[in-house]
Amino acid sequence: MSNLFDLLVAGLATGAIYALVAVGFTLLWQTSQTINFAQGEFVMLPAFLMLAAMHVGAPFWLAIIIGILLSMILLGLAFKMLLVDPMLRHGVLPLAIATMALAIGIKEAVKQFFSAEASPFPSIVPTGDIKILGHAVALQSVGVLVVAILTVVGLTMLLTRTSLGHQMQAAAQNPTVARIIGVPVERMILLTFLINAFLVALASLLITPIYLAKFSSGEVLGQAAFIAAIVGGFNQVRGAIAGGLLIGVLDNLAAAYVSTQYRAAVPMIFLIVVILFRPQGLLGRAEERTV
Amino acid sequence: MSNFGKTLKIVLGLAVIVALIVVPMNFNRYGLFILSQWAVMTIAAMGLNLTLGYAGQVSLAQGAFVGIGAYASAIMTTHGWPLPAALVVAIALSVAIGWVLGYPALRVQHHYLAFVTLAFSTLAFLVFRNESWLTGGIYGISNIPRPNILGFATNRPLPFYYVCLGSLAIVSFAVWWLIRSPWGRAFMALRENPLRAQSLGVDTRRYTLMAFAIGSGLGGVAGALYAPLTQYIDPVPFNLSLSLDLLMMVIVGGAGFFFGPFLGAMIAVLLPEWLRFTEGYYLMLYAIAVMLLLIWSPTGILGILDRYMAERRTKAASALRAVAKSRLETAQ
Repeated sequence: MSNLFDLLVAGLATGAIYALVAVGFTLLWQTSQTINFAQGEFVMLPAFLMLAAMHVGAPFWLAIIIGILLSMILLGLAFKMLLVDPMLRHGVLPLAIATMALAIGIKEAVKQFFSAEASPFPSIVPTGDIKILGHAVALQSVGVLVVAILTVVGLTMLLTRTSLGHQMQAAAQNPTVARIIGVPVERMILLTFLINAFLVALASLLITPIYLAKFSSGEVLGQAAFIAAIVGGFNQVRGAIAGGLLIGVLDNLAAAYVSTQYRAAVPMIFLIVVILFRPQGLLGRAEERTV
Repeated sequence: MSNFGKTLKIVLGLAVIVALIVVPMNFNRYGLFILSQWAVMTIAAMGLNLTLGYAGQVSLAQGAFVGIGAYASAIMTTHGWPLPAALVVAIALSVAIGWVLGYPALRVQHHYLAFVTLAFSTLAFLVFRNESWLTGGIYGISNIPRPNILGFATNRPLPFYYVCLGSLAIVSFAVWWLIRSPWGRAFMALRENPLRAQSLGVDTRRYTLMAFAIGSGLGGVAGALYAPLTQYIDPVPFNLSLSLDLLMMVIVGGAGFFFGPFLGAMIAVLLPEWLRFTEGYYLMLYAIAVMLLLIWSPTGILGILDRYMAERRTKAASALRAVAKSRLETAQ
C-alpha cells in the first residue's frame, strides 16, 4: 500500500508539470488557433538558457530570472511575431508544420551550441525526504507539486477574477465581439503567448533537476502535454490541469502495474478512447461545427 | 501556344526520366543509396498526399505504415519468401490497418484526428520494439535479402536503384490515374466540403475510409522497399519523427499537387546531404529553410509556381480584354 501512495505522489508531481505545459498549450490554441508542436522543446530550452547564464558567472537566482525573461522574449514575443503572425491567416496546418520545423531547429541548436550530453541542473527545492501520513516522500516531489499548484491557482484567479482575465477570455472566445466591446484583442493574444513562455520556463525549472538537461528531452514532455490537453479538454484551462494530473498519475501507475515496456502505451490508449467517445475532452465543451 | 506548352511539358518530363535512369550510372554506392531512398520516401509521401492533400484527412501515422511494410517484408524475405509475395502481404496489412485507422476520422477531424494518428504511430513503434519474438526488438532484423527480378539479381546498388525507380514509376502512374478517376474526384469533394459532398450523394463514410486505406497501402509499399534497401531494420527509423518528416515533405512540396511529394522528398532527403559541408548545422538550416518557405508560401513550393501561373493567366486574359475593348471602341 505504501507503494501506491508513493506512486500517487510522484505521479501528481510530474502531472502538475504536464498541467503547466498543457495549460499554455490550450491558451495558445484558444486565442490564436496555434497548435504548437514545439511545446516540448519550449520546456527544454529555458533550462539551457539558465545553464548558459550560470556558465558566464550568474548566480542561480539571477540565472533563473534571466532564463525566464529570455524565454518570454524568445518563446513568447519572437515566436508570435516571427512565426505565428505571418502564418496565422494560412490556417492551422501550415502553422502546425512550421512549429514542427521549429522543434527540430531548437533541438539542433541546443545540441550544436551547448552539448549533446545530458547536463545536471540545480534544484530550487532542497533534496531529502519529509514525512507525510507516515510515508517518506521526496521533498522535491512535494516542492514541484506546491509550486505548480500555486502557479495554476494564480493563473485561474487571473483569468476568472480580474478584468484583465475577463478580457483575455473574451478575446479567446469571440474575437469579433470582444473587439466591438473594446477589448484590445491583439494585446490579449500577445499576453497569452507571454504567459505560455512563462509557464514553460517554470516547468523547465521544475522538471530539469529530475530528468537532467538534455536536448532531446522535449519530445516526451511535449507528447505528454498534448495528451493531457486533449484528454482534459482542449478549450478549457481546468481541463488541461485535470488532464495533466491524470496523465501523470496514469503514467506512473502504468509503469508499476502494467509493464515498463508498454508504459508509454497506456496514456496513448487512454487518449484514443477519450477522443473517440468524448472528443471535446473530459471537461471540455463541444465546439459547434460550421457548415 | 497551349500546344507548345504541352509539348514542352512532355519533353521536360522525358528529360527528367532519362536523367534519372542515365545519370546515376556513374554514382557511387552512397549516392545511389540516397537516390533510392528518395524514390522510396516519395512513394510513402504520395500515399500521405492522397490522404491529406486530396482527401483532407490529417494523418500523423504514415511512418508507422512504412514500418509495418518494412517489417512484413523483412520478416518474410528473411524466411525465404520472394519479395513480391512480401509486397502483397505488406500492402494487404497496411491497407487493412489503414482502413481501421480511418474509423476515428469518421468521428473526429483536424487536430483531434492528428492526435489519434499520432497515438497510433507511437503504439506501432512500441510493438516494433517490444515484440522481439517477431521483430527482433531493439536488435532488429539484419541480412534482409534483395530480390531477383526476372532472373536478374539486384544485390548491387545500381540494379536495386532501378527497382526503386521502377516501383516509383508504377506507383506514380497508378496515383495519377486514381486522382483523375471518380474516386479521386470524390476525395477532393471530401476535402473541399464534406457536408456538401454528402448532400451531392458522395458516400463520405466509404471514401474517408478508402482515403486512409489507399494512402496507408502506399506507405506499406514504401516500407516493403525500404527493408531490402537498407538490408537492416530496427524500430528507430519508424518512430514518430518519420511520420512528422513525411507530413513535412507533403506540405513543403505542396499538398494536393501531384508532384508535391517528389519535390518534398527531394528536399527532405537530398537537402541535408547538400548541406553536409555545414557539418552539424545542416538540420538547423533545414528547419529554418522549411519555416521560411512556409511563411512565404504555406501551400509549399508548387504553391509558388501555381500562384505565378495563375497570375500570368490573369495578366494574359486582361491583356486580351484590353485589346478586345480597344477594337470595340475603334469599331464604334
